[in-house]
Amino acid sequence: MSEEMKLKISSSPQIHSPASTAKIMWIVVVSLIPAGVWGVYAFGPRSILVLAASILAAVASEYLMGLVFKKSTLADGSAVLTGLLIGYNMPAEVPIYIAVLASVFAIVIVKWTFGGLGTNWMNPALAGRVFVFFSWTGGMSRWSMPHMVPDTVSGASPLGFLKTNMMTFSGTSSGPMDFLAGQNYPVDSYMDLFIGRIPGCIGEVSALLLLIGGIFLIILKIVNWEIPVFYIGSFALLTWIFGGMGFGNGFFSGDILFHLFTGGLMLGALFMATDMVTSPITRKGMIIYAIGCGFLTFLIRFYGSFPEGVSLAIILMNIFVPLINRATQPVKFGNLPKEKKND
Amino acid sequence: MKGLKTFSRGGIHPHGRKNLTNKKEIVTADIPETLIVPMAQHLGAPAEVVVAAGDEIKEGMLIGKPAGFISAAVHSPVSGTVKEITDVYLANGMKSSAVVIEKEEGFIPAEKTKSDSWKSKTPQELIEIVKDSGVVGLGGATFPANVKYMVPKGEKAEYLIINAVECEPYLSADHRLMLEKASELIEGLRIISKMVEPEKVAIGIEINKPDAIEIMRKQAEAENFDLEVVPLKLKYPQGDEKQLIKAVTGREVPSGGLPIAVGCVVSNVGTVNAVYEAVALGKPLYERTVSVTGLGVKNPGNFLTRVGTPISSLLEACGGIIDNPAKVVVGGPMMGFSIYDLDTPVTKGTSGILILTDEESGSGSRTACLSCGRCVSVCPMGLNPTKMFKFVDHDDYDSAMQNNLMDCKECGCCAYACPANIPLVQGMRLGKKMARKKKVS
Repeated sequence: MSEEMKLKISSSPQIHSPASTAKIMWIVVVSLIPAGVWGVYAFGPRSILVLAASILAAVASEYLMGLVFKKSTLADGSAVLTGLLIGYNMPAEVPIYIAVLASVFAIVIVKWTFGGLGTNWMNPALAGRVFVFFSWTGGMSRWSMPHMVPDTVSGASPLGFLKTNMMTFSGTSSGPMDFLAGQNYPVDSYMDLFIGRIPGCIGEVSALLLLIGGIFLIILKIVNWEIPVFYIGSFALLTWIFGGMGFGNGFFSGDILFHLFTGGLMLGALFMATDMVTSPITRKGMIIYAIGCGFLTFLIRFYGSFPEGVSLAIILMNIFVPLINRATQPVKFGNLPKEKKND
Repeated sequence: MKGLKTFSRGGIHPHGRKNLTNKKEIVTADIPETLIVPMAQHLGAPAEVVVAAGDEIKEGMLIGKPAGFISAAVHSPVSGTVKEITDVYLANGMKSSAVVIEKEEGFIPAEKTKSDSWKSKTPQELIEIVKDSGVVGLGGATFPANVKYMVPKGEKAEYLIINAVECEPYLSADHRLMLEKASELIEGLRIISKMVEPEKVAIGIEINKPDAIEIMRKQAEAENFDLEVVPLKLKYPQGDEKQLIKAVTGREVPSGGLPIAVGCVVSNVGTVNAVYEAVALGKPLYERTVSVTGLGVKNPGNFLTRVGTPISSLLEACGGIIDNPAKVVVGGPMMGFSIYDLDTPVTKGTSGILILTDEESGSGSRTACLSCGRCVSVCPMGLNPTKMFKFVDHDDYDSAMQNNLMDCKECGCCAYACPANIPLVQGMRLGKKMARKKKVS
């Protein structure tokens, strides 16, 4: 034993699980890659430009804010993840400055004005997306058809198309799929929606690959299964009960599959609503929050003036998180109602 | 495995690494020339030194008498001369007075023979013997055993639960004890049963020790002792008294209460052996089994060690350690203390000595709290560690207390699981200390 042996002194526990903040962030990034690869394949090389711009803008903002606050936070991977999610939430034809502004807003305003990672109370990527959506709605609605769809009429996303054209529609239709077919919208089957052969944001169209990534995160216990399951579950239930009424079909006739695989539901429920910082900390809280997300998504998508409801639903529920946390504190051990000693 | 009992809330599954030592038989460690025997080896008031420098003493002689109701006697582990009375720092960072003993030349430990004379003694007399032998809980809390076995008037012990969970990773001293001393343990259980008079005796063993479950079952049957062996699912901190009671009986000890409030007395399996030795062999507690292990030790093993043995001397018995260990830990890795002085003595509560490498101790960098909720979901006490920590961090000890800070028992699940590497347990300790200080002033 050498005399100059240097021993670390620390409070117990003396061992630590392999988990770390950076590992969590990078694993989420990796699990998002398949859906992004599909987006690039479907919408062409311009999507790479959009993704690169939003990631670079996010990382650069993080770096500059780090200089201001004298913290070095690039290695934790959270800025890359935010930038990537913002890119995923952009249509491929979006003007580049919009993508950049979304990232800058997300990092500088939403994340750092409250102190950086861990202290923001709203999901930065979603707040960035919503900010540019309301500021540059036109630019944010430049949809393009995936290149594998034969008749490349650049139009709207299935949900947008549905919402716009239902208002002036006077005929009869049995449901959204029938309606789209009747209007010559190039979607043949649920498979097109599930695989992602539809117009939409770069990272949101492939429900299949998002599900694979999400399940991967649930298995690794990085995502709590409660949030996606109760979010998607409550939304599906409400859609099934009330979703058919717009087509004059009465209760319990909504087209669940159509609504699950369109818009940003999969991306939102699996990767955005599950953001640790802006979701509740107890299981009970997570369930309440997820059901709230499901309910609001349903409300906005079916009765609001926007085709989509996911982003707004999640950031609205983000606002309630402190309240939910307060109401769902864990029950401490030894506080059970007194039981009889003899049972 | 389904159907196995366990506690309901929280818990973690840290890497066990018990295979480093659980096949190693208990070996009697060499007794060093000089032993340092601290007076504060137990919970409660430190013992009072009753010898002086220059005194000739014999193995097993009283050298420290209990200094209060919650206190314990300390005995000399060897025959020899008192070199000096001095102050030493214990593994937990506390200062304690200690008797430094020079072992006499050619010292040979006395052979102890088993006697059945205890069978004619009253429970009260047995408790006195336990007290005079300085027996304390060997699971880690080192609570004086005689106090524990004295069931208060008006209370009834339905269950005597023996804690053989050994849920701390790495350690296997209790495991080996069951494999090697099953018969003595059953005798010890008879003695404790006479003191506590329980309706039922149960022993909780996690299923990573199937051989111990088997052997305890067989031994109890062979000796016609009514013992319920309860195999438990693997989960840390099941060896905590409250979690063990919950796992075995389904009852929750009320916050701030003692196990007897739900009709239970819990004792560690090592303590059962100590009681057996004290009562049936007439041997006070000055020797215990210590697991010396970790990837930094060349030959890990289990050692029957005399109290007062410097850790450095035990490490030599293991063929030494690697050149650059990250941490030397006294106790288990979840609740043990890291030390800087290898001459720190082994005490009654030393269940293990770990030499950890960087790879084992896992040294990540701290980031901001992500509110991921892992600390909440692993907390076995149903607390909100991150919230309490934030209050402590802002010096708001009152709010931390209102959030049940005192119910935290520093098991370490939260800090172990925290991806942001926040020293949650350290915060809880600080908070409790500051809150107590405030209360006093």
